[in-house]
Amino acid sequence: MLLLKDIKKAFRQPDGSALPVLDIPEFRVEVGEQMVMVGRSGCGKTTLLHIIAGIGRPDSGKVRIDDWDITLMPEAERDRFRAERIGYVFQTFNLLAGFTALENVLVAMRFARGRPDKARARSLLNRVGLGHRMTHRPSQLSVGEQQRVAVARALANKPQLLLADEPTANIDAAHQQQILDLIRETCREENVALIMVTHSNDVARQFPRMDHLEDINRVAVGGAIG
Amino acid sequence: MSLWKVAWRSIQQRALVSTLTVLSMGLGVALVVAVLVVYSVVYQSFHRGGEGYDLIVGAKGGREQLVLNTVFYLSQPVGNIPYSFYDELKVGRRFSADVETAVPVCMGHTYQGFRVIGTVPEMFTELKYQGEKKYEFVQSEDADGKKVQGRNFKEDAPFEAVLGAVAASRTQLKIGETIRGIAGGSHTDKQPFTVVGVLAPTGTPVDHAVFVNMRGFQEMHHAEGEGHGEHADHDHEHNDQITAVLVCIYPDRAAAGRTDVVARTINDSRFAQAVVPARVIADLFEGVVGKLQWILLGMAVLTVIEAGIGIMVSIYNSMSDRRHEIAVMRALGASRFTVMMVILMESILLALMGGIMGLLLGHGAIWLCSPLIADWTGVVVGLLQFQWMELILIPGLIVLASAVGYLPAVAAYRTDVAKSLVTTP
Repeated sequence: MLLLKDIKKAFRQPDGSALPVLDIPEFRVEVGEQMVMVGRSGCGKTTLLHIIAGIGRPDSGKVRIDDWDITLMPEAERDRFRAERIGYVFQTFNLLAGFTALENVLVAMRFARGRPDKARARSLLNRVGLGHRMTHRPSQLSVGEQQRVAVARALANKPQLLLADEPTANIDAAHQQQILDLIRETCREENVALIMVTHSNDVARQFPRMDHLEDINRVAVGGAIG
Repeated sequence: MSLWKVAWRSIQQRALVSTLTVLSMGLGVALVVAVLVVYSVVYQSFHRGGEGYDLIVGAKGGREQLVLNTVFYLSQPVGNIPYSFYDELKVGRRFSADVETAVPVCMGHTYQGFRVIGTVPEMFTELKYQGEKKYEFVQSEDADGKKVQGRNFKEDAPFEAVLGAVAASRTQLKIGETIRGIAGGSHTDKQPFTVVGVLAPTGTPVDHAVFVNMRGFQEMHHAEGEGHGEHADHDHEHNDQITAVLVCIYPDRAAAGRTDVVARTINDSRFAQAVVPARVIADLFEGVVGKLQWILLGMAVLTVIEAGIGIMVSIYNSMSDRRHEIAVMRALGASRFTVMMVILMESILLALMGGIMGLLLGHGAIWLCSPLIADWTGVVVGLLQFQWMELILIPGLIVLASAVGYLPAVAAYRTDVAKSLVTTP
């Protein structure tokens, strides 16, 4: 389902020199598979997720999702592809502050298909336990509730792949497991492949597959950007 | 959820700055509306004065001065013309085929600031104003407080007077009361004029004048001359002078171009000139007020453009705070073009809200001032009296908003998603 081939990425430093971050010969995730990616801070986990999502471009290599190589797509097509097929849950939730919980989900649908499906948005918010908080803005929601909205938003367009960048890092311990269960269950129900980046061993242990980025990345540890 | 709503939410999020920006735009647009409406009022006020007759015949001299004096009762008369000119125009064979009505006017001094005009009753029976409207006399209180129907002065009652609507309300003169001292100077009139009627408002300079029977007017001036030791032998030539004659040409003859023929014939004479008031007024208006209007309008438009730049500054300044939000939208799948459109829509919404507020403010203010305007100019301004130029205001604002929104929109377009996403909001 997802195949990364010979991905290389380096960042330009202020002195003009290149700082290599990623050099991944191959990385695969199957349909509906749930895996966790671990690695120390700054080893390039977020950069890898950005490349998979098409937010960032690799310097070389291929990112294939099903039959599409997103590195060959023009930017506008890549944006549309991301909106329709890839969900993204951020560590800092990244909800749009001026929008209600429901609108945060609807806006993701708007960017993907142009016409939001209100019934699905409500159903998703109900599923994450926020049926009674749909008209609340992020500032009126608890941290845990905000992350639930972010999960509902990430699943709004029935993606094939969900990328979760340390989704429980900013949540108190009591709610971490709830969020984790919620993401995994909804992905399972919708047959969505899940790549979760985490620092937490407790979280990582619950996944059937755990990859260390350092193991698949040829760039020597040290100095990479996370 | 439409992109308009996305833009609207962004405006809501910055409520204070957005409100101030809209207010600034609103004031600019209100100024434009005010200039347009005031121009229209001045235009109507100017042009209405010259309606109702086709020619003014007066002494040789400046045609503008003749019109200003005869139509607007301003300035001093160019001079006088012999009464015989009026006779010739009214009953003479030379003009009988063309002239429908001729009404003489004699410009006098002022009474409490209102010009006194000696004329004949036909002034209010034969002449019309604003096209085909007839002069009417209103019911008003007499000296005892009783409602009395006013009337025109009579030909055979030389010391009767009629008041224009504004003159009546300002002087507080009532029907049956008398007017003295209209000859000017310290001399007291031997015979006062009695007010017999008050005209209904016309929205023309007639509202601002006092009309007296020309016979009494000339008798009084004659006596004035005597009082000052002039013309002690009752110089009848003095009586035979009038300031101007207002001439109506038969409509079919006017349509056949006879107005200019009559005017040329009169202009060929030694003592008199004939002018078409509508043309002189149009020239005066374009030459003086027209240019002023463009200057005022230009200044008002500059205010709107300045408010537009305010929108740009407001949105552009917010861009540094919003890069993260834009990056999130991009990460959710919004294209560069989409986020650019959101910013442009935000700019358009702010400008439109400012525009609507400006229209309401402008018309509201004019409406509140309408009694004052009606009092000064006789032109009644309604709340919904729009000018055609206002039709281009809204499309103009959309163009302006698109132009000023372009810079921040490009900034949004260029947002580096990966970089902005890792920045904490």
